[in-house]
Amino acid sequence: MVEFKHKTPKIDQLETGPWTSFVSDIKREHESRMENPKGIDFQFNQNCCEDLLGVLELSYEHGRTHWKHGGIVGVFGYGGGVIGRYCDQPEMFPAVAHFHTLRVNQPMGHYYTTEYLEQLMDLWERRGSGLTNMHGATGDIIFLGTSTPQLEEVFFELTHNINQDLGGSGSNLRTPSDCMGQSMCEFACYDTQEFCYQMTMEYQDELHRPAFPYKFKFKFDGCPNCCVASIARSDLSFIGTWRDDIRIDQEAVKAYVGGELKPNGGSHAGRDWGPFDIQKEVIDLCPTECMRWDGSKLEINTPECTRCMHCINVMPRALRVGLDRGCSVLAGAKAPILDGAQMATLIVPFIKVEPPYDEVKETIVEPIWDWWMEEGKNRERLGELIKRQGMQKLLDVTGFKAIPQMIQEPRSNPYVFWKEDEVPGGFKRDINEFRKYHQR
Amino acid sequence: MAFISSGYNPDKPMENRITDIGPRYYEEFYPPIIKKNKGKWLYHEILEPGIVVHVAESGDELYAIRVGGCRLMSVSHIREIMELADKYGDGYVRWTTRNNVEFMTDSKDKAMALKDDLLSRKQPGGCYKFPIGGTGASITNIVHTQGWIHCHTPATDASGTVKCTMDALFDQWENMKLPAKLRVSMACCLNMCGAVHCSDIAILGYHRKPPMIDAEYIDKMCEIPLAIAACPTAAIKPAKYETADGKKLNSVAVNEERCMFCGNCYTMCPSMPLADTEGDGIVLMAGGKISNRIDAPKFSKVVVAFIENEPPRWPTLTKTIKRIVDAYSADARKYERLGQWAERIGWEKFFEKCELEFTHHLIDDFRDPAYYTWRQSTNFKFT
Repeated sequence: MVEFKHKTPKIDQLETGPWTSFVSDIKREHESRMENPKGIDFQFNQNCCEDLLGVLELSYEHGRTHWKHGGIVGVFGYGGGVIGRYCDQPEMFPAVAHFHTLRVNQPMGHYYTTEYLEQLMDLWERRGSGLTNMHGATGDIIFLGTSTPQLEEVFFELTHNINQDLGGSGSNLRTPSDCMGQSMCEFACYDTQEFCYQMTMEYQDELHRPAFPYKFKFKFDGCPNCCVASIARSDLSFIGTWRDDIRIDQEAVKAYVGGELKPNGGSHAGRDWGPFDIQKEVIDLCPTECMRWDGSKLEINTPECTRCMHCINVMPRALRVGLDRGCSVLAGAKAPILDGAQMATLIVPFIKVEPPYDEVKETIVEPIWDWWMEEGKNRERLGELIKRQGMQKLLDVTGFKAIPQMIQEPRSNPYVFWKEDEVPGGFKRDINEFRKYHQR
Repeated sequence: MAFISSGYNPDKPMENRITDIGPRYYEEFYPPIIKKNKGKWLYHEILEPGIVVHVAESGDELYAIRVGGCRLMSVSHIREIMELADKYGDGYVRWTTRNNVEFMTDSKDKAMALKDDLLSRKQPGGCYKFPIGGTGASITNIVHTQGWIHCHTPATDASGTVKCTMDALFDQWENMKLPAKLRVSMACCLNMCGAVHCSDIAILGYHRKPPMIDAEYIDKMCEIPLAIAACPTAAIKPAKYETADGKKLNSVAVNEERCMFCGNCYTMCPSMPLADTEGDGIVLMAGGKISNRIDAPKFSKVVVAFIENEPPRWPTLTKTIKRIVDAYSADARKYERLGQWAERIGWEKFFEKCELEFTHHLIDDFRDPAYYTWRQSTNFKFT
C-alpha cells in the first residue's frame, strides 16, 4: 500500500457514489508513480499527484484556489500552446510548485488508435504529471502539469517522434474543433473533419503565434443539431445544411406510425410515452407547419422548411437530409465576458464546402481577420466588434449583400446612418444658396 | 532523477526544429468500418442506454458503447481504456465532445461482452470506472473546466461539483426517462471556458466581492493601464498609494458599486485578486440550448443567483438541480427541452414548479440586454 503524505479527509469523500471519481483516479496514478514497475526515469516530480491532491484539499478547506497566474512560458517560436501555472504554496507542495499545461492539437473527431495513445501516454508519464484532460473545452488534448525545462523536451518528442503539434492558447486562433460528422453520423451535411483539418493546417501561423486582439474560434457542426456548440461559442461557426428536399422513405414513415420503428432512434425508451403519434409528435411540432400527413403519405413543403432537424431526428430511418448540401456560416458567438453573451449571427445562408475551401478563406475568414486586427481593441471578440461598429461594417468588409436571412426582424427605430454617397448630391450644401429662399 | 534529453539543444534551438505540422491526420485513426462507410451511414438506433448501433448503406453495423469519463484522466486510466479498446475494438477508441469515451466494435456480441466487462470495473471506493449511459433522453456527461485543481481564477471547484452532481443525477444518466435530452455544463468562473451559457442547466462559479488591491506590488507586477482598460464597466481608475515610509506608488482604485466581479482585471493583473471564501459560490442557470431543433438556440437564464460553496459534496447545489430536473421531468412534454418547457408554461410558473425563490437578483440590470428581458405586456400568470 502506497502511503500518502497529506491527509485529505474532504476530497476523500468524493471517492463514493456511482459516478467515476477523479480523486480515486489521481490516487491510482500516484500509486503507479511510486511503485514504478517499469522503472521509468521520471523527468517531472514523482510525487506530483499526491501534492496535487494536497493542494486541492487545501482549496476545499479554504474555499479558494491555490494556483497563481501563469507568467511567460512556452516553446521557442510559438506564443501559444503552453499555459504557465504555479502553486501559491510551493513550500507545502513542492512537487507541483511549477505545474504548466500543454495543449496538444487533437486529431479531428477525437478518434484514436491505442498505438498513438500509448506514445502520448509514455511521453506524458515520463516528462509530465501523468495527468491529462481528455479533452479541454475547446477540444485539445491537455497535458496537465510539468516544469519549464520539460516544455521544449515534450515539444521536441511530440514533433519528432509522434508527428504531432501543439494547439492554440492566448490571443490567437484557438485549436479548431468539430463534431464527428460523416464519420459516424447520418445527419452530417459536409465532411466536418476534413474541413476542420484543412483550416487548422492552413492557419498554423495564426494558431501558434498570437497576433490577434483576443482569442478566435472556428467550430464545425455537421448539421443544425449543433453537437459541438459552434453557434454558441465560436467566432466563426460552420453549420451543415441543405437546399433541396428532405428525402422521404414513405414505407419507413408507415413503419414508425405502425410502431415497428422506435421514434428518435429509441431515445425515449426509458418511459412509457404511449404509442407514437405522428400528428402530435412530428406534424404539430413542425415550427413552420410545412408538413402534412394524410394517413398514408407524408408531404413536406420544402420552400417553407427551415431545416430545424426535428422531423429527421424523430424518424431517422424515414427522413434524410437533402442531397444539395453545404453549410451556413455564422459569426460572433461568445460567452458573457466582457460585454454579455452573444449567439452567432448568420452571415452566409449557404456555401458549398469543398476542398480547397478557398471561397471560405478568401471571402469570409481573411477579410474578417483583416478588419478585426485593424479595429479590434485589446480583448475584444469579433462579436463585440460587430456590435460596436455595426453589422453593416461587417458586410462592408466581407462584401456580402444584406439579405433578410441575416436578421430576426428589421429595425424598429428609423435612425439610419445614411452615408454621404448614398444620398443624391452628397452632404455638402451652400448655406447662401439656401438663404436665398429661406429668411433667417 | 537524471535529466534525459530528447535531442533538443538549447544552444541551437532552431536546429532540426519541426514546427507547424498540425495534428495527425484523423483518417489514420478511423476504424476500418468507419473508413469504409464514412458519409454512407443510413441510420442509428439506441439499443439500450449507452449502446448505439449505426447502420450503413452497405449493411455494415457499428456498435458504439458510451462511457462517462472524468475529463481529468490519468495515464493509468487511459491505459485501461486502451486495454479495453484493444480487446474489444481492434485498438480503436474515440472521445465525444462531452468527455465521454466511445468504444466501437462491429459485433453485437462483442459489444455486450464489453458492457459486462465495463460495468464490472470499479474504483476502490466503489465508483464505476466506466459508467455506461448518456444517450437519448438522458443527462450526458457534464462538460466542465479546471476549477480548484488547476485554474487561477475559479470561484468554485469544477471536478468536485461535477462528481457530486453526476452522483445525484446518475439515474438520469443511465436511463432515458426524460422528455428530451438534458445537458448540464459547468464553468468555474465567468470566463466560461466552454458553452455553459447555452445549457439546459449550467453550474457557474461566481465571485461576489470586488478585487483587493495589492498596492505595494501592483506597480511592479502589472501594466496598470491594461488593468483599467480590462474593466467592462469602467469601475477602475488610477490612484496613488502612499507606503508607511512615505513612498508614493502608482496604484488603482475600484468603484465597488460598478463591479460585477468578472475578474478581468485579475486576469490582466495578478495584484487584484478577488477570490474569497464567503464571497465565492455558484450561480445556477437554466433553459439554454445550442440545437436549432424546433426553435432557435437559447441562452441559459439565471434561476438561482447564489449558492454557497459547500465542499466536498455541495448538497444545496445538487438538491436544487435535482428539484429542477424532477419538476421538468414530471411536467414537460415529449421532445420538449427544459427551456422550451419553461417558456411554454411561463417563467413565473417555472419558479413555482421548481420551488425556486425569485429575487431581485434575477431581474437583468446589465446594459441593453436588460430591457429586452422585462415584461412589456399584461399577459402573465398568477402564482
